[in-house]
Amino acid sequence: MTFTNGQELITLCKEKNLKIYEVMIQKEMELTGLSEAEIKNKLKISLDIMKQAVERGLTEDIKSVSGLIGGDAKKITERNDKTRSVCGSLMSKAISRSMAVLEVNAAMGRIVAAPTAGSSGIVPGTLLTIAEEFSLDDERLVEGLLTASGVGFIISRNATVAGAEGGCQAETGSAAAMAAAAIVEMMGGTPEAALHGAAACLKNVLGLVCDPIAGLVEAPCEKRNAIGAANALISAEMALAGVESIIPFDEVVDAMYRVGRTLPFELRESAIGGLAGTPTGQRIKKEILGE
Amino acid sequence: MKDFSIFEIVGPNMIGPSSSHTAGACKLGFVAHKLAKGDVEAVTFLLHGSFAKTYKGHGTDKALLGGILGFEADDERIRDSFELADAKGLKYQFIEADLGDNLHPNTVRINITKSNQEEMTVLGASIGGGNIKITEIDGVKLMFTGEYSTLIIPHDDKPGIVGRVTSILGEHEINIAFMKVYRHHKGKNAFMIIETDSELNREMVEDIKGIDYVTNVFIVSIK
Repeated sequence: MTFTNGQELITLCKEKNLKIYEVMIQKEMELTGLSEAEIKNKLKISLDIMKQAVERGLTEDIKSVSGLIGGDAKKITERNDKTRSVCGSLMSKAISRSMAVLEVNAAMGRIVAAPTAGSSGIVPGTLLTIAEEFSLDDERLVEGLLTASGVGFIISRNATVAGAEGGCQAETGSAAAMAAAAIVEMMGGTPEAALHGAAACLKNVLGLVCDPIAGLVEAPCEKRNAIGAANALISAEMALAGVESIIPFDEVVDAMYRVGRTLPFELRESAIGGLAGTPTGQRIKKEILGE
Repeated sequence: MKDFSIFEIVGPNMIGPSSSHTAGACKLGFVAHKLAKGDVEAVTFLLHGSFAKTYKGHGTDKALLGGILGFEADDERIRDSFELADAKGLKYQFIEADLGDNLHPNTVRINITKSNQEEMTVLGASIGGGNIKITEIDGVKLMFTGEYSTLIIPHDDKPGIVGRVTSILGEHEINIAFMKVYRHHKGKNAFMIIETDSELNREMVEDIKGIDYVTNVFIVSIK
């Protein structure tokens, strides 16, 4: 049970009448020799870490190691509790949870990289919110993580999920693509629809640069996780409604990779260009790291 | 092309903020901890390249020291590793250094002094996504990643030792995934690095230690 790209994955799903998460569990069993139950138990541990990170970020007073970020996730939750959110309660919860995980990460707390630490808020923020709103149990969430890993696998194999190689599009774009595909399958969508959702996510942020202030996984990473969560939900909604990507998923992945390779070094996690290079970005860098 | 486990995509489970500068750093310290069998009185970290420039902001220093204390990359005690090392009386220092050309930007040399004042040194790099490679132990150039249950066996460079070690592994039904032998000079100190598909047990370690000219046996496996 193996595949190298989206087209082969869809063919496998059709031939064997499987969802993406079912293909992924069989692929993992063949790769590792573990049983389905052992793999799912390991994923439940990952899921618990995700839940704990969200909980910590929304309830504790979090400050990052540098002091640059912390407390923003809580602010959004408080506003949603008190008043009607401009983007709707579901979206508000998803973005605050995504930001909560990033704050915990920046404060040296425990998270699950998904696919990276810098984009670790998007998958838990959106999946846990969808599960809560639609009363889906942990078994569905574990299946969602398997679907997400299928999309992340294709991008890792054929392009990159590293900001230093492909910019933020490769990190938060890939995380959103993984989350969108997971949500589509969790909500009963087809494997094809899942990849249309994933494609939409990458297209929506094509060219997004990686420009962390002082080189830290803090700002603008936290807000880019919020927009990544919104991206995943918007793209999943489109895909579930039957909206298709005009450019096939594999070609979008390839375009993302080529755009990433074209980005100048200054805009690939070097902390030189973009927001890192602004006068304020440079001042903060000096304050945190010294000369 | 490399295949990926789902736990490399949704994972690793780790202490933030950075897979390369925090999780990978912790694993490098952890390997050194295993090689010293937990006996570390003092440790000096020589930080090279990106590690030297950004280690404070990413908690690379806390993660390296946490690894030396035996913490794995998802252990929340990493954040408090300075205080925990102080409480144990473990001396530590971090020095920014140029360790040479053609090294990975996230390279560290870990110099350890044990309680009997014996010195050891490990060179390794964090190569992305929380993955690492160890490239030198006590002056012997070698290479392993810790992805597999790994046996590291320093021995004298004499005929027949490799055969005896592999026979013992066979008796314990341990399958060898990869194996390499390294040495400093002909006849001088050598290392066998054996990466296996199975969990390694104490009894087998004792059997290997019983072989003539085998000076030590280390097991390194990183979850």
